[in-house]
Amino acid sequence: MTDWDYAPAPESRDVVRLRSSYGLFIDGRFSEPVDGSSFKTVNPASEEVLAEVAEAGPGDVDRAVAAARRAHTDVWGPMRPAERAKYLYRVARLVQERSRELAVLESLDNGKPIRESRDVDVPLVAAHFFHYAGWADKLQHAGFGPDPRPLGVAGQVIPWNFPLLMAAWKLAPALAAGNTCVLKPAETTPLTALLLAEILQQADLPPGVVNVVTGAGGTGRALVSHDGLDKVAFTGSTEVGKEIARTLAGTRTRLTLELGGKAANVVFDDAPIDQAVEGIVNGIFFNQGHVCCAGSRLLVQESVAEPVLDSLKRRLATLRLGDPLDKNTDIGAINSSVQLDRIRELAAAGDAEGAQRWQPACQLPDRGYWFPPTLFTGVSQSHRIAREEIFGPVLSVLTFRTPAEAVEKANNTPYGLSAGVWTEKGSRILWMAQRLRAGVVWANTFNRFDPASPFGGYKESGFGREGGRHGLEAYLAEGNETLGPPKAELSGDGARHG
Amino acid sequence: MAAVCVYADLVAVAVQALAGSGVHVASVATAFPSGRASLRTKLADVAEAVSAGADEVDMVIDRGAFLSGRYAAVLQEVRAVKAACGDARRQVRLEAGELATLDNVRRASWLAMVGGADFIKTSTGKVNPASTPATVLVMLEAVRDFAGATGVDVGVKAAGGIRTAKDAVRYLVLVRETVGQAWLHPDRFRFGASSLLNDLLMQRSKQRTGAYAGPDYFTLD
Repeated sequence: MTDWDYAPAPESRDVVRLRSSYGLFIDGRFSEPVDGSSFKTVNPASEEVLAEVAEAGPGDVDRAVAAARRAHTDVWGPMRPAERAKYLYRVARLVQERSRELAVLESLDNGKPIRESRDVDVPLVAAHFFHYAGWADKLQHAGFGPDPRPLGVAGQVIPWNFPLLMAAWKLAPALAAGNTCVLKPAETTPLTALLLAEILQQADLPPGVVNVVTGAGGTGRALVSHDGLDKVAFTGSTEVGKEIARTLAGTRTRLTLELGGKAANVVFDDAPIDQAVEGIVNGIFFNQGHVCCAGSRLLVQESVAEPVLDSLKRRLATLRLGDPLDKNTDIGAINSSVQLDRIRELAAAGDAEGAQRWQPACQLPDRGYWFPPTLFTGVSQSHRIAREEIFGPVLSVLTFRTPAEAVEKANNTPYGLSAGVWTEKGSRILWMAQRLRAGVVWANTFNRFDPASPFGGYKESGFGREGGRHGLEAYLAEGNETLGPPKAELSGDGARHG
Repeated sequence: MAAVCVYADLVAVAVQALAGSGVHVASVATAFPSGRASLRTKLADVAEAVSAGADEVDMVIDRGAFLSGRYAAVLQEVRAVKAACGDARRQVRLEAGELATLDNVRRASWLAMVGGADFIKTSTGKVNPASTPATVLVMLEAVRDFAGATGVDVGVKAAGGIRTAKDAVRYLVLVRETVGQAWLHPDRFRFGASSLLNDLLMQRSKQRTGAYAGPDYFTLD
């Protein structure tokens, strides 16, 4: 019989109309930056330049924050909550209508497989807007006092791993609660946020309610340190999160941080192995491992370590790495050369510290940034690959003998974002969930997201929750708090509040 | 190699009709489809089929014994039938629709393979649900793991509920993904094709002519 190999099945790029250059989205319009500087965004699968994107400087951030303040004071703040909900519903529907365009553009700019951008990212974006649209006129029932009020203007900085989804996680709750936003997408993945800005225009969202300032670290720094903000929300690395926390310490600006992780995925000896293997694969190879809650440490009970690893290796050998736009691709491109260097550096540290590297036979494309699915066995808790976030398709495998040892090893990390438990015993799942210091504990599944479910970290994984009712808290002031506009705006002296 | 599957009393007729065609004759036996008879009767059933010239014998497991936890009884019966088969290849039907859970499908698959089955089969086709992709996936995983543990390759047959060529392709993808290219061979993977065959003929004629003929142009048997 002829071999049933997978023929190429690329999704067409035609649905996306790329512009050669993109401006900043401020006050409802696209405009050029004050000093005219720009940067390039590339397709990480081919290193092809996709577009020139404006780089916002402090003057542009000023304009964006001022536009957001005006929109909050004049339009969005006073608007009836049910009216705000209508806008959010409209955005959700437009995201659904233009889902293919968004998915293709996301895969082009980020490098993630179309299967994921199409089936995970974009549907969750729509679901998030739908979910928070429903909250907009029910805020007094959310448990944050009888008369919760918006904070005002939120500055939001998001990462490159789920560019559009993170924009939705930030914007939807903020808008539903009556805030206005200045969003800074990551410099390697600005395009879907800009397409979302077009969708907001299409939805007739009043000018200034959402502003998108593109740029790199400098733009982000200008935004989070801007004294016209009432709230900063950041998702990204722990290193940058700490810097932002230092910047905002002692100011009146509220802060939530969603940072790194080094999640333990704990497989007990009674777990269904084939199912657990699928979960392990999904835990660490979903989105090339560019996931803050990735199950990057596999803790497997010693008595089943061998069959689990055998099954895992067999499964890894079937993963298809390559063109992100191919519908059969499991593993796409690493988002940037910088990230690829970091993954290589940490994998080399794994070799140097004595762990055993295993990679399936895997042809890497000639151009673009790629790293094959990798697992390390013989890893100990002290190895860098067990302690540091790799943010790539690299799994560190450790073993344990007793449930108590599993808990101890799982919690022995500076992070605490997520964890997974694989067992057929419901009682053991609950026992583990009580003891794991992680914001999310998945039982017999991994990397499952829903807009109704809160998400966030312990320890160096950050604070504050996003999603669900909990996600509103970061954007609401209780009725008895007095939250005036920032002093800077009243006096015009630009001084930061103490 | 394809096979025509008949009741034991028609084996002689089928053998005569298919002589020289290369098509095998398989016989259902062991009180098909219910599996409700004494072991003596079941073995007599097998002996009759084999002596009439059946190349393959299909047995059904005793679901009553299985569901009440008497796994050893199931295993013993599988072994006894195997011995009675002589050189004929022996298929074991699990009747997954009556096993209720995928855990049971896995356990029954393992019992059948330990008992010496050459093929394990989803169902008799007389009970709904018969073959589902989930059931077949679990059986393929069991076969893969059995081959890994013992080096013995056991075939899988998906029977019942597979009516269209498109359904069949979905199963073939499962096979390719789970146990690999080597299993895409009639010795290791088969369909119970009673209604599938007509759709396949219809699709083939559509490929040739570019248009679908009405269903009446394909026989219903």
